[in-house]
Order: sequence, then structure tokens, then C-alpha cells
Amino acid sequence: MPGKEGGPVMIQVEQLSKYYGARAAIRNLSFRIDSGEVVGFLGLNGAGKTTTLRILGCVLLPTSGMVRLDGQDLLSAPRQLRARIGWLPETPPLYEDMAVGEYLAFVAGLRGVESGRIPTRVGETEERTGLTALDAEPISTLSHGYRQRVGVAQALVHGPDVLLLDEPANGLDPVQNVEMRALIRGLRGDHTVLVSSHILPEIAQTCDRLLVVRDGELVAQGSEAELEERLGVGSGVDLEISGPVEAVVTALRALPGVRSVTVQPTATGRTVLRVDAPDALRPTLALAAIGTGAQLFRLDVSADRLESLFLKLAGRGTAA
Amino acid sequence: MSPVLLIARRELRGYTRTMTGWIIAASVLLIDGLLFNAFALEGARRSTEVLTRFFYFASGPTMVAAIFLAMRLLAEERQLGTIELLYASPVRDRDIVLGKFLGALAFLSAVTVATVYMPLLILVHGHISVGHLLAGYLGLILLGAASLGLGTLGSSLARTQVVAAIVGAALLVSLLVAWLLAGVTEPPFSSLFASLALHNAHFPAFQAGQVHLRDVAYYLLVTWVALFATTRVLEARRWR
Repeated sequence: MPGKEGGPVMIQVEQLSKYYGARAAIRNLSFRIDSGEVVGFLGLNGAGKTTTLRILGCVLLPTSGMVRLDGQDLLSAPRQLRARIGWLPETPPLYEDMAVGEYLAFVAGLRGVESGRIPTRVGETEERTGLTALDAEPISTLSHGYRQRVGVAQALVHGPDVLLLDEPANGLDPVQNVEMRALIRGLRGDHTVLVSSHILPEIAQTCDRLLVVRDGELVAQGSEAELEERLGVGSGVDLEISGPVEAVVTALRALPGVRSVTVQPTATGRTVLRVDAPDALRPTLALAAIGTGAQLFRLDVSADRLESLFLKLAGRGTAA
Repeated sequence: MSPVLLIARRELRGYTRTMTGWIIAASVLLIDGLLFNAFALEGARRSTEVLTRFFYFASGPTMVAAIFLAMRLLAEERQLGTIELLYASPVRDRDIVLGKFLGALAFLSAVTVATVYMPLLILVHGHISVGHLLAGYLGLILLGAASLGLGTLGSSLARTQVVAAIVGAALLVSLLVAWLLAGVTEPPFSSLFASLALHNAHFPAFQAGQVHLRDVAYYLLVTWVALFATTRVLEARRWR
């Protein structure tokens, strides 16, 4: 079946609900993900992300609804389809008494990889996830960041079509976070990836599209730009400069398309100018600032803007 | 390699790589040795009587060891979250249960067989039949398997290993005290309780060197029922 983007639909979820007693963890959730897409699943803690991923991972059964994986019903024939899915729970399922390579070989065997192909698959997966040097290292000695990597590796080792990653960057330091994002981006095309997070900037940089859940319901979906436009989130750009601040402000205000400029001094002696202007104007803003003789240290999307978008989407504000 | 053997091998390695496995093995060997020295060899007895008493005294530590070995099987997986790895794999729930059970049974059997030096000591001054020896060890392993099955069921019902041990022990003791209940109830309940008794109704024949099909069938049935119930518990957990 062709997807929205024209490619085949890999995951199709229709009217999926899961109740714990009278409480709905997810309610009438419906969405599609095309083959090869990297999709972010965004929501606050308790929004229903993990429940949805656990159902897609065949770990949990839904109360009602339908899930199709590559056109096949995931709920009526889950065992055959599980080999096509790689699932990383929020806490990586690691056996601490095993070494990294040994653990990955065990998981590969469990997921039906032929015995003769297991060493090759383990080697390739370790290389892809940067674990080659740690093949013989006991998992119990690994840092949190490397444990997360082993978690991703176990989800990848059998070469699944679909990867479900539940908060893979949880608890990582900034460097590890960047590495994890690069790793996930590198999966695009080879795998269909659904990655959950409660941090918008984290998945906005990694994913082609976002699915936003709130209180168990899908409240919005689309790319970051589409969502910003639909929700009317003010476009904002931050410029961090030093030099003639007044001259820069005057130059920026004179540009067509700039609606406002606010000045925020920083503790470092530099100044952050928050400019309300379209994204497309960013090169012009940079040239105008530099043209006054000021030094430009940083130009990026306003942190307030992402925060505002997130609050509108996943928080208690009104979403589209 | 089949998923059952894969899981069994991992489980067996898990026991040999952690202190828990070695502590249980050492405790069984120590207690069996003490009981053998203090009670089985006590007084002037015929070799057959010594061997019979050895198996009788070894049965207790075997049952207790089985509960301690089984307590981690599924409760620890839930505690650590590794059960999700098994759930998400293309493996039947019954294969998960069977693999874990077989891994624990292999370890328990190895520990049980490691006590063989004690019966062999009888040969220094006496004589024992190989048939008696084999029947006794078959009984110990079947009793251990049934206890492990009950412990595995307890492990599937509990969230922590301590609670798993308590639930498994409660199930085990329930089948042990069936013998006492048989003595204070009227027929047909007395005969029902007597036939259900895990130790007194079915183990004495093994310890005396006799293998009765009904006793073998009883232990296999207890093991199967416990593992079947465990599988059902795992399946039910997918709804929660």
C-alpha cells in the first residue's frame, strides 16, 4: 500500500487503545509510517509513548485496535513478525554477566539469525554502533552511554525492518547525545525508525516527521516546520554578538520582514538579540550584523521558539 | 541452535558466573555432607541402609536449592527489564519457560551428581548396587525438577526474587504437608492428599532403590503442570 510520501507503508496503526482498568493509556491512536522513515514520537512522560511502542514491539497486547506491519496483522501473527522488529525499551535489556559480543550473539540467535551468520552480524552491528573495541568487555563494566549503545545494537543485530527506540538518549551526556543522534540518523533508509522522546530539540534534529501524543491521543503530526506553521508559533532567531549593539539593532530593524528585535545581555559580556523574523531571513540577518562591524558568535533558532512549540504540542496548551 | 537450548545455555552460564550459583552449590554440598556424616553413617548399619538414608537426607537440601535456583528465573528478568528482550523475540512463551527451567535443572543436576562421592565412600567398607545408586539419583533429580517447576511458577508470579522464593516455597510446602493432611482427613480426601504428597508418597521408593512408573509419572506431571501454569502467567502478563 502506498504511503503518504508515496513509499510503501511499513507501520499502520488504526484506532489503537490500551486501558488499564478504567484508565486509558492510549485512546484511538491512528497513524502510518512509511518504509525508511525516521519518525519521532513526542510527548510528556505518561502521554502513552511507551505503551504504544510496547504494543508495536509485541511486548504488550492492546485492548482494541489494529496494527499492521508491512501489510500483515501484527496482533494475530506476532511471532513471525517479531523477527522483523528491533525493540529498545527505555531501560536497555542487558545481561550484566555477559560480554558485549557474547550478548549480541545471544540476541541474534534468539531472533532467528542462522548460526553461521551470527559472527558477521555481530561484527557489523558493533562496527555500526561503535562497539568493536568493547566486544569482549563485560556489560557490567560499561558506562551508561555505552550501555545505551549496546541497547541499540541488540535492537539492530538481526537486521530488522523496523526499529522501535524508547527514549534512547535518556540520561546521556551532551557528547553521547550527539553521537546517539548521529547513530539514529545513520539508520535512515535502511530501517523504518520510530523513536520516542519528551525532548523536542532532541528528536527534531533527528527525525523526518513528528507524531505528538498527549494524554494517550495523537494531537499532531508533521515536520517541525509544518507544526510551527500550523500552530502559529512565532518564528524567532537568536544572534549572539559583541560590538556595536545599537548599530546592529538598527540595521536589523531596517530589514524588511523583521518584526521586532529584543536585546538580552549575557554574563559573558556578549549580547543575544532575539529577532522575530522568518527562517529564510537568517543569511540576511547574519550579513547585516557583520556589516556593522560586530562579531557574530552564534545564530540559531530561538530556544523559546522550540519551547513554545513543545508546550503547544505536548503540554497543556491548545494544539492543532 | 533452538531458542530453548539457547536460553537454557544462557541460564546455566548465569549460575556459573554469579556468586548465587556457587553459594547454592556449596551450601548443598556442605549440608549434604554434614547430614551424611551425622545421620546416614550414624551407628552400625548395612550399606543399603546407609545409602537409603543418604538419599533421604539429600532430598531436603535438593528441594530447598531448587527453590533458591528458581527464584531468579523470571522475577529477576522482570526486575531488570530483560524480560522485554525475551517477549520481543520470535520465541514462544513456553520455549522461554522451558529454556529457563532446563538451564536451572542442568545446574541442579550437576550439583546433585557432585554429591556422588558420599555414596562411593560406602564402598570403602561395604557394597552398594549401581541400580540403587541410579534409582536414588533419578529420584533426587525428579524431586528437584518438580520443586524447580513450582519455584519457576512462584518466580513468574512475583515481582522480586525474595517474594518469588516465598511463593515457590509455599507451593512446595503445600504439596509436602499433603501427607500430614492425609492423616487427619477421611476418605476419599485422605487418599487424594496422600497421592499428592510430594515427598512421603513418592520419594521413599527411589531412596530404597526402586523405580515405580507411578512415581516417575507423578513428578513429571507436577513439573509439567507447574511449567504450563508458568507459561499461562507469562501469556497473561502481555495483557498488563
